[in-house]
Amino acid sequence: MLRRPDELKNLLRYALTRILLTIPMLWVLLTLVFVVLRVMPGDPVSAMIGGHAPERVIEEQKEKLGLNRPILVQYFAYLGDLARLDLGNSMIYNQKVSQPLLEKLPATLELTIVGMGFTMLIGIPLGAYAASRRRTGRDFGIRLFGNVAYCIPVFWMGLMLQLVFGIWLNLLPIAGRTGPRVYASEFQKTGFYLLDTLIAGQWASFGDVAVHLLLPSLTLGIVLSGIFIRLTRANMLDTLKADYVLAARARGIPERRVVYGHALKNAFIPVLTMLGLQFAALLAGAILTETTFSWPGMGRLLVERIYLRDYPTIQGVIVMFAFFVSIVSLIVDLTYAVIDPRVRY
Amino acid sequence: MASPETKPATAGARYSAAGAVARLLGRFSSARRKYGLEWWILIAGAAVILFSIYLAAFPATIARYDPLDQEAGPQMSAPSRAHPMGTDNLSRDVLSRMIHGSRTILGVAFAAAILSSLIGIPLGLLSGFVGGALDRVLSLVMDSIYSFPGLILAIAFAAMLGPGVVNITLSVAVIYIPTYFRLVRGQTLSIKEELYVEAARAIGAPRRTILGRYIFPNVIATVVVVFSLNIADAIMTEAALSYIGLGLPAGIPDWGMDLSMGKKFLPSGVWWMITFPGAMISLLALGFTMLGEGLSEILNPRLLEK
Repeated sequence: MLRRPDELKNLLRYALTRILLTIPMLWVLLTLVFVVLRVMPGDPVSAMIGGHAPERVIEEQKEKLGLNRPILVQYFAYLGDLARLDLGNSMIYNQKVSQPLLEKLPATLELTIVGMGFTMLIGIPLGAYAASRRRTGRDFGIRLFGNVAYCIPVFWMGLMLQLVFGIWLNLLPIAGRTGPRVYASEFQKTGFYLLDTLIAGQWASFGDVAVHLLLPSLTLGIVLSGIFIRLTRANMLDTLKADYVLAARARGIPERRVVYGHALKNAFIPVLTMLGLQFAALLAGAILTETTFSWPGMGRLLVERIYLRDYPTIQGVIVMFAFFVSIVSLIVDLTYAVIDPRVRY
Repeated sequence: MASPETKPATAGARYSAAGAVARLLGRFSSARRKYGLEWWILIAGAAVILFSIYLAAFPATIARYDPLDQEAGPQMSAPSRAHPMGTDNLSRDVLSRMIHGSRTILGVAFAAAILSSLIGIPLGLLSGFVGGALDRVLSLVMDSIYSFPGLILAIAFAAMLGPGVVNITLSVAVIYIPTYFRLVRGQTLSIKEELYVEAARAIGAPRRTILGRYIFPNVIATVVVVFSLNIADAIMTEAALSYIGLGLPAGIPDWGMDLSMGKKFLPSGVWWMITFPGAMISLLALGFTMLGEGLSEILNPRLLEK
């Protein structure tokens, strides 16, 4: 950690460089979104109105949306709007694109964060255990579970959990964020329902919200745990070979504490990086999970608006994802730099 | 093509290819003796893949019903002797749809993986070999795409291009280009510094020869592993796209589409319409993952020390 003032200076310098590096990355992503949605064949207006509309109507609509301007002009207008955090207006509803985005974002984040929690809760202990029992039946079993979990499409996992826990056992709800007699308007503040119900002190609603969150987040957690099992195991195998582990064993510290105290702590740093990299996968998984569980988040919004061909909103959702991914990778790198001084130089 | 000038080159390539195959086989047989488990993982993966290729190649000879036949049996009947995987809401035989659907998903995944490697590998070679501004620009672009959730990118592409086999293949392919690029670029950077490359340069070999005959063959070994894992991933992306409803027109049997259909009848307990398509997707993806894992452990014996 930080001990001397010049270490702090190094850290700040690193942070600044890293923040500046985010800008070109974000720019490339935003340009990519523009190319996919505006330059590639298929134009939103004819797609929305349908091929049979008279040319004049199509041109009018294009005029209104500024789609008949030269492509470069459109590009700079697009970047300019984004710089002012203006995502434009929906083509279908009379609303700003940012309105549904801000409404749905907390739902997706809640799902993603709890899902991430399950992933780590399942992946890290199993990976560490497998490493400590290297090349035994249990190690093989855990690795097999990890590989199989990784190959299960997240939406199928969701459907099967719905079938078993929702339909056959009739234990858990399979759709939505709240039950029929719980009204979100009674407690909604931040949009994170777990938090909102706690703030409002409505324990019954909290239970209901938690129960609704359980299956979708568990789905995400199980599927993504495969990668974490594998990574934790690989890192643990390295740290278990280190001298300080040998030293700890020689001092007669119980094997359990050596594995989970000494070794796991040091195997954790690469796992943290992985967490950042997996955030993108988690978001992708969240889209599919939301579709499966009728979860009113960004993913479902994206899919809904694709059916409606509401291009400005589609673009808004994707731009939002791009922002998120860049910011998360920035945060992870900075955290990494604080934990591990070698990164800063 | 068979002009006299190209002949010696082809002969040389054949010689080195034969050598490479012999070396590979040698490695495999010693690996089988040394590392039983990895060997069997490889075999199991290959078996699953071969079986699915067999299904995809001759679906009509295996399946008892036409996958689109809406009078194959009763509507939504549970698995029985006549319909081992039951029938769906349109009275179609689920087993027959599974068999015919393998062709769609395998075709798209293979084509997408080949397409992205055909773009990613040359770009990676070039970027790593030439370096400089080209390398910096390409790396920035590729790293940015790589950091973005692939599925969301594929969704955007598919939404713009519209349904269709070619369009879905393109949408899947585009997200894996950076995977090949990054791998090949990294390999090229390290191989470029090897002594034998310097030797080739010293005797005045042209750049194209160095790239094609000295660097490329050494890069390709790692690509094989990634290719297999890539197909596993592409299978899941294809399934995800058609599950969302962005995949294929209705006339083509497709596992992902069957899953989304089955989802509608899940609340009434119709388990066979979701269980089988999902199991097929997972099994196929698992097959390619196991093949890739097995290959990687045998091709890079250093990893086995762990």
